Amino acid sequence: MNPPDLIAPGYAVPPHHGHAARTGGARLLIGLAVGLTLLFVVAPLLYIFVRAFSQGWQVYADNILNPATLHAIWLTSLVAVIVVPLNVAFGIAAAWAVAKHRFPGRGILVTMIEIPFSISPIIAGICYLLLYGRQGLLGPWLQAADLQVMFALPGIVLVTMFVTAPFVAREVLPLMQAQGTDQEQAAVTLGASGWQVFRRVTLPNIRWALLYGAVLCTARAVGEFGGVSVVSGNIRGQTNTLPLHVELLFNDLNAVGAFAAASTLTVIALVALVIKTALEARR
Amino acid sequence: MSITITGMTKRFGQTDVLRGIDLSVAEGELMALLGPSGSGKTTLLKIVAGLEWPDVGGLQVGGQDWLQLAARDRRIGFVFQHYALFPHMSVRDNIAFGLSVRPRAKRPGRAQIAARVDDLLDFLQIAPLADRYPAQLSGGQRQRVALGRALAIQPRVLLLDEPFGALDAAIRRDLRRWLRGVHEATGSTTIFVTHDQEEAFELADRVVVMGEGRIEQIGHADEIHDHPATPFVARFMGATTVLPVTLQAGRALGAGLDLTALPRRALPDGPARLFARPADIRVQPDPNGPWRIDTLSSTGAELRLLLSHPDLPAAEAQMPRRGAPSLARGSAVTLRLEAGSVFSDHRPLPAVPVTPLRKELFK
Ligand SMILES: Nc1ncnc2c1ncn2[C@@H]1O[C@H](COP(=O)(O)OP(=O)(O)OP(=O)(O)O)[C@@H](O)[C@H]1O
Ligand SMILES: [Mg+2]
Repeated sequence: MNPPDLIAPGYAVPPHHGHAARTGGARLLIGLAVGLTLLFVVAPLLYIFVRAFSQGWQVYADNILNPATLHAIWLTSLVAVIVVPLNVAFGIAAAWAVAKHRFPGRGILVTMIEIPFSISPIIAGICYLLLYGRQGLLGPWLQAADLQVMFALPGIVLVTMFVTAPFVAREVLPLMQAQGTDQEQAAVTLGASGWQVFRRVTLPNIRWALLYGAVLCTARAVGEFGGVSVVSGNIRGQTNTLPLHVELLFNDLNAVGAFAAASTLTVIALVALVIKTALEARR
Repeated sequence: MSITITGMTKRFGQTDVLRGIDLSVAEGELMALLGPSGSGKTTLLKIVAGLEWPDVGGLQVGGQDWLQLAARDRRIGFVFQHYALFPHMSVRDNIAFGLSVRPRAKRPGRAQIAARVDDLLDFLQIAPLADRYPAQLSGGQRQRVALGRALAIQPRVLLLDEPFGALDAAIRRDLRRWLRGVHEATGSTTIFVTHDQEEAFELADRVVVMGEGRIEQIGHADEIHDHPATPFVARFMGATTVLPVTLQAGRALGAGLDLTALPRRALPDGPARLFARPADIRVQPDPNGPWRIDTLSSTGAELRLLLSHPDLPAAEAQMPRRGAPSLARGSAVTLRLEAGSVFSDHRPLPAVPVTPLRKELFK
C-alpha cells in the first residue's frame, strides 16, 4: 500500500501551502467581521459617550442629576428589581414543571413560555391596554376597586414581565431536561424533603444558567421600550422609564441630555454583558 | 428486612410493564433480577423504592405495608445505573447527604456525621478521594461513592439498578467480588438488577429471571442453566437453536438428530420443541448425514458453525477448536445433542418452581 493512503486527507496537504491559502481568505473575512462590528456596534456606542460628554463633565453631571432623569433611572431600576426576581421564580417553576413532571398541557406550556419572543412588545402593550385600560375589559372593575394599572407602575411592571418572561425559563429548561430526575430521586430515597431536594440538588445544578438568565432578563427589562411606551403614558417624573426618557429628551432637541441618559443605559447594558461573558466562561 | 411482593401490576399508558409479580426476598438475601431490556426490572425496583407506584399489588417489608410509606420514609439505599451523584458536592458531602438532610431532632452531630463518612470511605476503599468532585472520578470510583452514599443511612434494604452497567468487563469483575464482600459485611437485604447472566449467577444467592413483566423462573445458577422453566428462559440462557421433535414415552425423537443423550421427561406424547445451546450440539462428520455446514468461523479458542437441514430450521453449534473433528464448509454431518430443554407444544407452560434459599448463608 502506498503511504499517503494511510494518512487522513487533511494531513496530505503540504502545511505551507495550507497555511498560506488559509490566511488569504481568512484575513479578508476576519477583517470584514471586525470592520462591520466596529462600524455598526462599537462606533455608535462610543458616540453615545462622545456626545454625552461633548460639553464637558459639568453639563453631563447636570443632565444626569436633572430630577426627571434621576426619576427615570429610579423608576427603571425599580421595575427591574420587581420584574427580575418574579421572572426568576416563574422561570424556575415553569422549567421545573416541564422538565421533571409529566402532565396534560405540558407541550402547551412549553409553547406559551416562548410566545413573548415572537410577539412584538408593542402588541403586548396594546393587549394590556385593552384589558386593563379605562375603556378596557377589566377597566370598570379596576376603577370601582380604585386600582390604577395603566399609565402607572403596575402596567409598566406587567408589560415588562410579559416581554422578559422567557429569559430565565429558556436558559434553565434545557439544563434541567438534560439532567433528568435521577439526582432528585436519589435525594428523595436518602430522606430529603421536597424543599431540601430543590434547595440542595436542583438549584445548585442550575445556578449558573439561572444567573445567566437573570442577567439577560435584567438587560432586557431595563431596555424595554415598545411595550412600556404604550402603557406608561410618558408622564415626566412619574411614569417615564429611562428608555422613554431618552426619547423624550431627544424630541425636546436636548441631544446632550438624551445622550447622557442613554449613557447610563449603556453602562447597565455593558455591565450585564461583562457578567454574562464571565458566566459563559463558568458554564 | 424481608421483602414480599404480591400480585403486583403496573402499566404505563398502553404498555403492561408488570403483569402480576409475586416475589419474596429473605432477610439478608442477595437477589438478582435478570432480564432483557424493557422487561420491567427497573420499574419493579423503583416501586420497592417508592419512586413509582403499582396499579395493583402488595409490598410488605419487614411486616410493614410500604405502599403506605413515602419514599423518603422507607430508608432504602438506591444505587442508580448512572450513579446520579450530586456533581456540585465533594465525595464526602455526597456520602453525608442522607445524614445531613435528616430533621434536626434525628440528625447526628457534625462530628458524628464526619466520623461515619470517614468509616465508609475506609470501608469502600476510597478515602484518598474524599475531597474530589464526581467529575474527577473514574466510573468504578463513582460507583463506590454511589454505594457509600446509599449505605450511609444504614438502609433497611439496598437496591442496585445495573450497578456495573456502565463499566468495562475487568472492572465489573473486580467490583462484583467487592460488592459480594460489602453485602456479606453489611448483611442488608439486597436486590440488584442486571442483564448480564454471569454477573447475576456469580453474585446472587438466587436469581429471578424476568421477561415482559412476568417472573419466568426463580432459582440458583445451575437450576436455571440446566432446567429452564420456560422457552423464554431457555432462549434467554443462550439456546439459539429451536428444533421440532416428537415425544414418545418421555423420549424426544427427531429426524436427523441423535437425542439419545437427553434424559427421559415426564411429558405427554406428541409434538414438542427442543431448545439447545450451541455448545451442547456435537457435530459429527458423516457422508450420509442430513445436515450441511453453511458457515464455519473461528474465534481462536472456539469454532462456530451454522448448519442447515432441508426440512428443519437452522442450527448453531460451537466447540473448542482444539480436538475438533476435521470439518469443512459444505460437508455433511449429523448432530448429537448433549443437553437441551424440551417443551411440549400442547400443554400449558410448567409452573415456575419455587426453590429453597441457599441455606448456608443464613446460619
Ligand atoms: N416513565 C415511563 N413512562 C412510560 N413508559 C415507561 C416509563 N418507564 C418505563 N417505561 C416502559 O416500561 C417498560 C419497562 O421499563 P423498565 O425500565 O422497567 O425496563 P428494564 O427491565 O429496567 O430495562 P433496561 O434493562 O433496559 O433498563 C419499557 O417498555 C419502558 O419503555
Ligand atoms: Mg432498567
